[in-house]
Amino acid sequence: MAKKIEAIASWKDLPLGCVIAQPGNAREFLTGDWRTQHPVLDKDKCIRCGRCWIYCPEAAYSENEEGFFVCDLNYCKGCGICAQECPVGAITMVLDSD
Amino acid sequence: MPKRVGMEVSIAIAEAVKLCDVDVISAYPITPQTHIVEHLSELVANGELDAEFIPVESEHTAMSVAVGASASGARVYTATAAQGLALMHEILFIASSMRLPIVMTVANRALSAPISIWNDHSDIMAERDIAWIQTFAINGQEAYDLTFHAFKVAEDERVQLPVVVNIDGFTLSHVIEPIELTEKELVDKYLPPRKTILTLHPDKPVTMGPVGIPEVYTEARRQLEVALLNSKAVVIEAWKDFAKVFGREYHPIEKYRTEDAEVIFITMGSITETAMQAVDKLRDKGERVGLVYIRLWRPFPHDEFYNAIKQAKAIAVLDRAISYGANAGPVYTEIRSSLYDRRKRPAIYGFVAGLGGRDISAERFFEMFEVIKSGKMPEGPTQYLHLDVKED
Repeated sequence: MAKKIEAIASWKDLPLGCVIAQPGNAREFLTGDWRTQHPVLDKDKCIRCGRCWIYCPEAAYSENEEGFFVCDLNYCKGCGICAQECPVGAITMVLDSD
Repeated sequence: MPKRVGMEVSIAIAEAVKLCDVDVISAYPITPQTHIVEHLSELVANGELDAEFIPVESEHTAMSVAVGASASGARVYTATAAQGLALMHEILFIASSMRLPIVMTVANRALSAPISIWNDHSDIMAERDIAWIQTFAINGQEAYDLTFHAFKVAEDERVQLPVVVNIDGFTLSHVIEPIELTEKELVDKYLPPRKTILTLHPDKPVTMGPVGIPEVYTEARRQLEVALLNSKAVVIEAWKDFAKVFGREYHPIEKYRTEDAEVIFITMGSITETAMQAVDKLRDKGERVGLVYIRLWRPFPHDEFYNAIKQAKAIAVLDRAISYGANAGPVYTEIRSSLYDRRKRPAIYGFVAGLGGRDISAERFFEMFEVIKSGKMPEGPTQYLHLDVKED
């Protein structure tokens, strides 16, 4: 379960030189919580081609059991590349505040 | 018996680096540092030194390579001066904040413009806040000795920080001095092979220099600050060990004829030996004058400095650089600030001289002494006096 980033540690407990000793640990944190908009998928239009999954720069998309590619909003930064690249216009960017 | 030979100081430094068994040298030639790395490249080419010599296309890359090599666990050396140091600026902070031991000699030279290849301290004074340990040599022997010391301190597991050894361009780098060269066995006794703590290695991947979001950055910088402050104890310890192995003793702050001195000159670098002569001449005339010189500039040894000068009535700080728009030169402002909270403190007089290779003779120290005796300093926005500048 991803958690909110807070003051993570005292300077005394930080690893030397602030290295990340466990590569890939960003998945433990809610790295998408500063997003202003998020993608909404219209499954009726989606052809399950996977272009959103290919183009997503944050690897926030993954394939579900039905073969649809869905976005994990814990990590999505709301850049909208998926919506731009979708060949059938199945993805719409919606403001988080709406 | 150790050999005492006449040798160009740059060559002696390169020989010291060789004795330290460095793995990687990355450097770009720039006057007056060139002879050091030129000699090292010869040593590597001749097979006398088993190291990678990486000739890079700029100093920015020289320091970037040093960072990468140190991150992979190598013992790393580079050298530069003036514009070269300025071009490294961005990477200097990265080296220290990623806690990478690197040793660099800076053959101090004036910054452009106008172009000057000659000596002053404007290059390193613009890099005071890079969180590197910074030492200053007053002569060739010190330039040689401080090189071994720099590796010892940088790689200490309690420190893990880069070190810059400052030697005055030309007045040290290009001068032939009698230098007591040491034996390899003694260096090996003093300086163990580098033990790495965190290293780039495919078997145990880590991420170095990642993004530090606001929730982390302050703590990262606090860690660096504390590491630099705490390094002082190791710097001193490594000088004590040096004395045991090599017989020469060094301290963060050195005193010369300060007993009963009412006026004390404050210097850094090679001008110190001229100041000693000036003190001798003034003492011959019965003046109660002494000298204190700063060997460890970063972290600044506040207590050691205070203890060295507290009995004086006045101190005269000689800066070799201008801090533009500030009240005085960088060394002066450091010292004045350091002494502000002391209940008993001497009067402080600031002087700037020796810019861009302008010679500083003993007469300049007599001039400083006369100013202090008269108690007359210029009034105005700055609190220092330029020596040897033509106003009219």
